[in-house]
Amino acid sequence: MFKSDRNTLISLGLLSITFIILFLTYNVGGSWSFALAFRGKKLVVLVLIAIAIATSTILFHTATQNRIITPSIMGFDALFIFIQTVLLFFMGAIQFISFEGIAKFLVEMGVMVSVFLAMFYWLFLRGNRSVYLLALTGIILGIFFRSLVNFIFRILDPNSFAVLQSELFSSFNAVETNLIFIAAPMIIACLFFVYLLRYKLEIIALGKNTAVALGVNYRATVFAMLAIIAILVAVSTALVGPITFFGLLVSHLAYQITKHQNHLNLIIISSLIAICTLVGGQFIFEKLLNMQATLSIVIECIGGITFLLILMRAHKK
Amino acid sequence: MIEIKNLSKSLGNKQVLKDIAFNLPKGGISSIIGPNGAGKSTLLCLMARLLSLDSGSVAFDGLDIAKTRDDTLAKKISILTQSNAISSRLSVEQLVMFGRFPHHRGRPRLADEEFVTIMLELMELTDIRFDFIDELSGGQQQRAFIAMILAQDTDYILLDEPLNNLDMKHARNIMKTLKDVADNMNKTIILVIHDINFAAHYSDYFIGLKQGEIIVRGDVDTVLTQSQIKLIYDIDVSINIINNKKHIFYYS
Repeated sequence: MFKSDRNTLISLGLLSITFIILFLTYNVGGSWSFALAFRGKKLVVLVLIAIAIATSTILFHTATQNRIITPSIMGFDALFIFIQTVLLFFMGAIQFISFEGIAKFLVEMGVMVSVFLAMFYWLFLRGNRSVYLLALTGIILGIFFRSLVNFIFRILDPNSFAVLQSELFSSFNAVETNLIFIAAPMIIACLFFVYLLRYKLEIIALGKNTAVALGVNYRATVFAMLAIIAILVAVSTALVGPITFFGLLVSHLAYQITKHQNHLNLIIISSLIAICTLVGGQFIFEKLLNMQATLSIVIECIGGITFLLILMRAHKK
Repeated sequence: MIEIKNLSKSLGNKQVLKDIAFNLPKGGISSIIGPNGAGKSTLLCLMARLLSLDSGSVAFDGLDIAKTRDDTLAKKISILTQSNAISSRLSVEQLVMFGRFPHHRGRPRLADEEFVTIMLELMELTDIRFDFIDELSGGQQQRAFIAMILAQDTDYILLDEPLNNLDMKHARNIMKTLKDVADNMNKTIILVIHDINFAAHYSDYFIGLKQGEIIVRGDVDTVLTQSQIKLIYDIDVSINIINNKKHIFYYS
């Protein structure tokens, strides 16, 4: 199964390992044990996010039978900002800060996953399955959430606003490493379920009618896929905050270079590309360029351009 | 045997099918004919459980489609629909192998591969087996999809306009293949078909549908007459017998 893509897999694997070693060992000035532990935690988060975003994007493309819209393009990040803002608004700044850690993470996750599933169940599994409807609804909900957030911003006092701002702009430089122990098992569990579903995914990709005709329980399988996507997206957003175009970028690179396009291949290759981009990019920006620029901005820029190119090419067809 | 009892279906506000009921014995080719919008495709989709029934029931060999598991039905009935857009990048051979999914559940065995090879040969796809579906012509795609349906190896095969996009040669070859499959492998094939002469040549049984109701059914001599065709399609035709087969001439 991997034969035709063996070279791609090996070179991407080697490249990821190189970046990981460089990231961990480059220019360690003082105590090695401190540096490795500190960088190691950050590395684990980057790798987890890379895998979560790549996997969720590819699953989403298969479930919705399109290759342009991704969960984050649909405005899932707006939902994240909304939840944070509402929590802060009702709890007050002091309690909000003391409510850090696992409890807050689980509350955020719960809300995001249930809203995502409710939205998709309503939009997607009950009858009308138009990608355009999906994208439009996403954009409108995004605007709705952002407007509400802007409204709350205005009535917040400056102290709370500052707390919120630092919370919302969690980035690759300030990842939430204390959440690793709960995020990692969730992501691994999701990957395990994806592995169990791997044959059915190929059938789902053929479309609803063909999937039903070939004896796959379409609704149950797509619902399971959406649940996995929701958890993966929620975890990655909670860890580093919203990155709109990253999933699109890595999934399309994978579609381009994968020869035998089954889901196992696609997910592994896009995850490796994502690891190379995040770990390699973070190494270059943090260590070589001394934080002169921000990785997330560069990814958004390249990803945004890719998005436009894909749209233009789809339009030509 | 297929048993359909008082089946009705509405899409939106429009009642597409009204109180359809018929039994169809096992074996042979049956053609559903009728004007555009008569409900032919809807009937086929309902039989293959791609749409849900408003009322009534459909059973294949006693298996009620509403009560039987999806994977059991996938070994009993297969269906080719009219729109078959595929977004993933697949070769012809991979697509046809998906037809074997109900039998191998994701892990193809040697027998499945042999079956696929035979179907590729039957549909004249062997030369292009490694080509990608999205790079083929409409007719080649159609043949690949038919090969996939036949690879599913079910007792009942439902085909919605299988001759779409096909040239004369391939249209004829596919009808001959279907006839052969029906007669020698004891399959029951049900077609929705617009080319009435193809239907006349190869079908054993006809169902005439108009405005959601069956207005006539039976063999060639019952259904393909000037008066019945006038009733179904509202046009005057002349019928000639050439080589013992009815030819319907409707071009004037």
